[in-house]
Amino acid sequence: MAMAALRREGRRFAPLISPRPITAVRSSPLYPTLEDEGPLGLRHISTQVVRNRMKSVKNIQKITKAMKMVAASKLRAIQTKTENSRGLWQPFTALLGDLPSADVKKNVVVTISSDKGLCGGINSTSVKISKGLHKLNSGPEKETKYVILGEKAKAQLVRDSKKDIELIITELQKNPLNYTQVSVLADEILKNVEYDALRIVFNKFQSVVSFVPTVSTVLSPEVIEREAESGGKLGDLDSYEVEGGETKGEILQNLAEFQFSCTMFNAVLENACSEQGARMSAMDSSSRNAGDMLDRLTLTYNRTRQASITTELIEIISGASALEG
Amino acid sequence: MLRRASMLLARRPILAARARPFSTDLPAAPSADATFTEAWTKVIPNMDPPKTPLSFMQPRPPTPSSIPSKLTVNFVLPYASELATKEVDMVIVPATTGQMGVLPGHVATIAELKPGVLSVHEGSEVTKYFVSSGFVFIHANSFADIIAVEAVPLDRLDVNLVQKGLAEFTSKLSSATTDLEKAEAQIGIDVHSALNSALTG
Repeated sequence: MAMAALRREGRRFAPLISPRPITAVRSSPLYPTLEDEGPLGLRHISTQVVRNRMKSVKNIQKITKAMKMVAASKLRAIQTKTENSRGLWQPFTALLGDLPSADVKKNVVVTISSDKGLCGGINSTSVKISKGLHKLNSGPEKETKYVILGEKAKAQLVRDSKKDIELIITELQKNPLNYTQVSVLADEILKNVEYDALRIVFNKFQSVVSFVPTVSTVLSPEVIEREAESGGKLGDLDSYEVEGGETKGEILQNLAEFQFSCTMFNAVLENACSEQGARMSAMDSSSRNAGDMLDRLTLTYNRTRQASITTELIEIISGASALEG
Repeated sequence: MLRRASMLLARRPILAARARPFSTDLPAAPSADATFTEAWTKVIPNMDPPKTPLSFMQPRPPTPSSIPSKLTVNFVLPYASELATKEVDMVIVPATTGQMGVLPGHVATIAELKPGVLSVHEGSEVTKYFVSSGFVFIHANSFADIIAVEAVPLDRLDVNLVQKGLAEFTSKLSSATTDLEKAEAQIGIDVHSALNSALTG
């Protein structure tokens, strides 16, 4: 305490004292320390660098903690919506089954990702799965196109699959997600892209720490008819009577479009939930990391401070004993 | 970074050991995805294959030999599941071909819905909803799935607003120039007149 007061006094009167030539800087391997000039030519090691680092790490910890709280509150809001929408795709799967291995010529992979970053690895997993599907469905006469929702997938896919991208849609979550918005989106996609099978890739929200990459397949009416005729899983589709409409084909067309918009709605909600959950855990580990770093820096700071006090004392005492004897 | 890695490593075996008792969707037998999983592992051996909706669905019971006494109804909307596997006596749905009554043992049908009144009969009580449109799937095992875009109980509808809307869309139809505008105005008229008849009839 007294040393600090002396040091402060020294600094105030510094301009009156003729400045000594600055001695060479003594730096340690980890933390470069600088030597200050004191009032009586005392040299002490500066803790300024360590203090600056501590301040910035503490700020980072505060920011990441705040981001975690924000993500938690957003997650709560959207989780109820997601759970309510889970009943929406089940009737379609019960009727039309789930045929991810259907052999089709024109595949369209709809990759759903987030616009903002700092959410862990979920966007990379979605992109890897999309590229995997592309590879799986490659062959003679077969083609795979991408429809991208969200900035993060766009950044990754534009790099090597630019010619395969049909549509890019961003800023999905500017307004709260609702069915009308998603159905308009689905309409746009269906109008502009030719498809035999649409594969929607998203992260399904299992729990706050677990997100499962999932792919939902929506087949076009022609492929459904073909699969129904060939038997297998869709074989009993023919046993269903179709009410209304001119032809069965018309009803199946409407059905396919409705199925697509319903599965898209659920997929977009699940992905938004996963994004918030992933961001929560990423920010949590980040603030814990910052806390650890702060502890280590505090120890270094104290050691540096004590070392400088010890050095001052030694110099004074040795100077005094030199005068005496 | 190291903590993340250790968390990831610790997470996997724990999940595999427990059967995830807290998840809301129960995994069904994934035998249907075998071809997909095989094809995936052949082409991309390093990554786990993604899950498909079949693994998240509860399997439906097979068609019973005798007609069951009750109809199991799932009535879902985009933002809520109104009725989930509810056992009822009968439902009357507004299909495009008219009001269709569905009883247990109904033949398997796919029907598109038009704006109208959906009524659910359970014992002596009847619940009525106005649905905007959607689909109804009736399966052979007396399961009925009704998927609608919007559904409101009838007591939430305001007669005056309905009349106003009807008048508005009729005037829009007469002043419409392009086919798109005419179609939109026609849809508006259809919905509002259905609302009208739902409230009066």
